[in-house]
Amino acid sequence: MALTREQIESIAHLARLQLQESEIPVYQQSLSSILDFVSQLDRAETQGVEPMAHPLPGLAQRLRPDVVTERDAHERYQANAPQVEAGLYLVPKVIE
Amino acid sequence: MSIHSSTLAELAAGLRKKAYSSVELAKLYLDRIESSQSGLNAFISITREEALAAAAEADRRLAAGEGGPLTGVPIAHKDIFCTDGVRTTCGSRMLENFVSPYDATVVSKLKAAGTVMVGKTNMDEFAMGSSNESSYFGPVRNPWNTALVPGGSSGGSAAAVAARLVPAATATDTGGSIRQPAALCGVTGLKPTYGRVSRYGMVAFASSLDQGGVIAATAEDAALMLGAMAGFDPNDSTSVDRPVPDYTATLNDSVKGLRIGLLKEFFDKGLDPSCEARIREALGVYEKLGAQLREVSLPSLPLSVPTYYVVAPAEASSNLARYDGVRFGYRCENPKDLMDLYCRTRGEGFGAEVKRRIMTGTYVLSAGYYDAYYLKAQKVRQLINRDFERAFAEVDVLIGPTTPTPAFPIGAKIDDPVTMYLNDIYTIGANLAGLPGVSIPCGFVQGLPVGLQIVGPHFGEARVLNVAHVYQRETDWHRHVPDAFK
Repeated sequence: MALTREQIESIAHLARLQLQESEIPVYQQSLSSILDFVSQLDRAETQGVEPMAHPLPGLAQRLRPDVVTERDAHERYQANAPQVEAGLYLVPKVIE
Repeated sequence: MSIHSSTLAELAAGLRKKAYSSVELAKLYLDRIESSQSGLNAFISITREEALAAAAEADRRLAAGEGGPLTGVPIAHKDIFCTDGVRTTCGSRMLENFVSPYDATVVSKLKAAGTVMVGKTNMDEFAMGSSNESSYFGPVRNPWNTALVPGGSSGGSAAAVAARLVPAATATDTGGSIRQPAALCGVTGLKPTYGRVSRYGMVAFASSLDQGGVIAATAEDAALMLGAMAGFDPNDSTSVDRPVPDYTATLNDSVKGLRIGLLKEFFDKGLDPSCEARIREALGVYEKLGAQLREVSLPSLPLSVPTYYVVAPAEASSNLARYDGVRFGYRCENPKDLMDLYCRTRGEGFGAEVKRRIMTGTYVLSAGYYDAYYLKAQKVRQLINRDFERAFAEVDVLIGPTTPTPAFPIGAKIDDPVTMYLNDIYTIGANLAGLPGVSIPCGFVQGLPVGLQIVGPHFGEARVLNVAHVYQRETDWHRHVPDAFK
């Protein structure tokens, strides 16, 4: 299976990745070879097989009481943010 | 015998006998780390100041007759574990300046046990790799031959233990990332059962596969470390609430009558004949100890690598969506709008292999392809899981090679992802089924270590470590240290 340049551009857009021009043919080639490789899965007979999402069957999602368990530490967390003002994360203007 | 060639258990005993102090040990290992850094590049951060403070505190506790078996021993953490106040890069430009605001559960548990962190080890970017070449901070080199890779993704932890820069280091294993580098560096690497060790504060790659564990010189040391790391954690929704046994208590159990399964699919044409010879010799040791060998077949196992390369990238593409340049991590310069901010931040902040996996995952989850790839892979994962269940109805453990070949040259496979992915052909099955596995050194091929893999049923860590330990009582491969680091 050979992915086209347009397909790579579309996947990159869905993944929110800007690729350099020189990266596109590299990913065209390597993603195509990965998809060829994983196409071996077609050989497996899986009719009626329950898909496995998790290695420990029977493990149910736990619930906890809906109470506050953490103290406000936003200043500490926001110390890692690229741009913060008055406790708010700044991004480029979204609405004109 | 020099102090640095001691095992973790020996160092712990030495601290109690006051043969040395924790501060002295920390300084000794920090000096070894610093002087090896230009040659091996095993560390991303070295935390001398924090280490000396923690060691002084450990010395106070030891002097007061307090503390546990690990109080005062130096260790390193793979740079995937969040460490409060210390940067956690995950080997990526994306997190180059990220200073964790909290400790991972593994880190806080090992801190509470009195261990002294001396640094954070290098790794493949976001744990995606089998050679440690995808790190933003440069490749790690194999202490047995610095032209070769140490394996990955926990290559820094494996190289550091092999060169005796630390007696033990934490690591993580999503498709072989503890066992494969342990094999290539000639050390002991334990991947526990999925859910045994908390994932809280461990940077996520593929959440249904990721599992924290340990790399150490011996199975006994791995048992000591696992005892401190394992246990239920309400902060990890897939943590299993189950008592943690004393893993050291059963290390010397007899293996007489133990049923060892040899996976037919592991002794295939892809296995290097010299490596196979070492594995067969190790099996001979077990026979001499009274174990029974029998061949078992897992017919779906050859599909484990393609299954993994659908499931893991799919989960990664979702997990790595959080790196958006807004709340933490790298942000591109002068974004012109929000879309430009997202796309350039991610395009510039992630390396080539991470982008490849995000795109693979995005593709297999995209409309029209989900059933053909992702759902199909989840079904094949179930077939592989059932194969293991059937095998463990007949045998107690499965033993075989950890990797098809010894370490390979830096640069040899980096441009061919599928060839690189096949390094993990013998390790991925245990991740898909969530099983515990250990790799231990079992000899050399042309001066390079070979790893023996022992896989057990769910929560069979004690048995797997027992089987590893009895082998290490009979052999001394785990005592070999590369000449340059003796």
